[in-house]
Amino acid sequence: MKRTVLIALAFVLIAMVAVQAAGKSEGSGDASDPSQQQKIVWLHFANDVQQKGLDAVVEAFEAQHGIDVEIEFRPGGPEGENLVKTRIAANDMPDVLSYNSGSLFQVLNLEKNFVDLSNEPLADRLLESFKATVTDGKGGVYGVPYQPIPAGGIIYNKRVYEELGLSIPLTWAQFIRNSEIIKAAGLVPVIASYKDDWTAQLLILADYFNVEASNPDFAEQYTANEAKFADTPAALRGFEKIQEVYEKGLINKEPMATTYDNAMEMVALGQGVHYPMATWVLAGINEKFPEYIDDIGFFALPGDSADKNGATLWMPNNISIAKTTKNLEAAKLFVDFVVSDEGLAALMSAGAPDGTFAVKGAKLPDTVFPAVKDVLRYVDEDRTAAALEFLSPIKGPNLPQICVQAGLSLKTPLECALEYDRDVEKQAKQLMLPGW
Amino acid sequence: MSKSVQSLYTYTFLLPAGVIYALFFLAPTFLSFFYSLTIWTLSEWRFTGLDNFAIFLSEPSLVIGFRNTLVYATVSASLKVVLGFLLAAFLTSELRTKGFLRSLIYFPNIVSTIAVGIMFSSFLHPSKGIVNVLLALIGIDGPDWLGNPSIALLSVALVDVWKGVGIAMVIFIAGIQAIDRQYYEAARIDGASSFDALRHITLPLSRSSMNTVIMLAFIGGLRSFDLIWVMTKGGPGFTTDLVASIIYKQFQGGFYGIATAGNVILFLIVSAFAIPLYRIITKKEVDL
Repeated sequence: MKRTVLIALAFVLIAMVAVQAAGKSEGSGDASDPSQQQKIVWLHFANDVQQKGLDAVVEAFEAQHGIDVEIEFRPGGPEGENLVKTRIAANDMPDVLSYNSGSLFQVLNLEKNFVDLSNEPLADRLLESFKATVTDGKGGVYGVPYQPIPAGGIIYNKRVYEELGLSIPLTWAQFIRNSEIIKAAGLVPVIASYKDDWTAQLLILADYFNVEASNPDFAEQYTANEAKFADTPAALRGFEKIQEVYEKGLINKEPMATTYDNAMEMVALGQGVHYPMATWVLAGINEKFPEYIDDIGFFALPGDSADKNGATLWMPNNISIAKTTKNLEAAKLFVDFVVSDEGLAALMSAGAPDGTFAVKGAKLPDTVFPAVKDVLRYVDEDRTAAALEFLSPIKGPNLPQICVQAGLSLKTPLECALEYDRDVEKQAKQLMLPGW
Repeated sequence: MSKSVQSLYTYTFLLPAGVIYALFFLAPTFLSFFYSLTIWTLSEWRFTGLDNFAIFLSEPSLVIGFRNTLVYATVSASLKVVLGFLLAAFLTSELRTKGFLRSLIYFPNIVSTIAVGIMFSSFLHPSKGIVNVLLALIGIDGPDWLGNPSIALLSVALVDVWKGVGIAMVIFIAGIQAIDRQYYEAARIDGASSFDALRHITLPLSRSSMNTVIMLAFIGGLRSFDLIWVMTKGGPGFTTDLVASIIYKQFQGGFYGIATAGNVILFLIVSAFAIPLYRIITKKEVDL
């Protein structure tokens, strides 16, 4: 008797759970039900340095439109890229996605997987140079920027520069001379944080202004398999620079144990003076060492000629809408809000931005960091070039490790360049580009 | 009941397991042979013949990868065998704290590899890590364990031994405990020292557990990936890349076809080592 009761009870329980589950899935599938709060899911990078600002944007959006935004975090770097590719393949995409612009985004088969925004009013607000990094080459625009434009070059400690009476180097030779003086003063001239190997690439990637200055068509020829790093002296210079700072003893001890975070501390406290990096590092320095952020400045990675001196600009990450979204209207409202005046105001309410925006007419507050003012000078004087990865769809995935090889002098710059050219070839073949 | 019906009846019991095996093991295996011949973006594919194999085999770091994989597997497997055996012999003796010591040595094995990797990365920091701090106390200037290309691989292999020696020890303990005590009594009466007993009784009679340990440790070493990935990511440069980490980097780069080709090659290599190795050591066991 007792047993029958138990079994009956178990059945009732199972039935209740099943009914509930069915009801639940029905509810969430029906987004057009007006009585229910609309919700969009945003797959975003974890540990974003400007997360506070983005939270403010989300909050302002929710208040204005009554649509919930749920942020789902994913890792950055290749792990995160694989996660996104897998979710695309499994048809399991969120409503909106943040992703790197340029070559990384363009391999995702934009036309098939994302919503074209080129006919939306917001498209007119974006800078052409940005649109070029989120297009499929057929006129579609698949993302909007949610970050300031980063600039790559040398992040340096102004206080030490003043104390040692140094001036901003306009050529690589002057940079080396400054570094020797810094070394003689007992400080680390150039910070190498090769434990996080992506940071090793900056001396090459931020050198692209100089490559373009001497070979204006490099990006085009490189994409068409007509120019290589190994046989273009200006491009090879990047690998040579990485090796030179090692060979001349200008980098810190223990580069393989030094992380990006360690490097921030070194440059903020003035233990290290030059850090080849992009301005996205400023928010991190400001968060950890706010009392030192005013000591930090920026100058362009110098080339070999003083009259051709300028900064290499990155393009901000973008937010795109997945084609599989069931909340298209809400998602469009959201991306529109991100690049609206209210959206940018909300973003900046959490702190001054670390660069200018890829949105036309965006005004920056006067409270931007000194290093950002340094960058704006290059922008105003039009002494900038976009980084190669935004001009060409091919970027070899092994560049970080190849740069570390050059940075520890495990191989010659030429060997590294040849190795990188092979790496690039693989990528180009995968993309089925003409000419490869 | 006729015989055929009866055999059908037994097969129906195998069916559920068979379906799962086919679906999650056989199908992916055969699919991977197919995808290794294509340019594959997870959602689309295009047939390219043996191109992927050619590209993978011409990968400049692959030679380093093969050499490292062999060195890593050999060093970690042999140390696990030797240390595991000695620890097992020691911990099967009349020792009051042996229960405690056994758990202590086995303990690293239940910690996640990722945690072990992160922990040792900080222990092995060239100036702040506990290892070099202790070495400095006795006047030795310790090397950059993970940053020096010539020793980074060995450092990781040693961590792998620290983590994996517990399993080897447990297998040896089981083997040693199965040895009949009478042999030792007879040997003692004949005047054998405890070293003689170890050398001439324990060692030959734990042969079958030794075979198991060698097999497991060596194949584990060939497939090893997680520890090296956490501790060095194959760096500095490509100097500690293993075949498995090279394959993983192809996946990361989005070269799914090439990565799959690499996996097919790794599968062939592991089989090429494992099958003869298994033959040789099981044969010795019979000879005994």
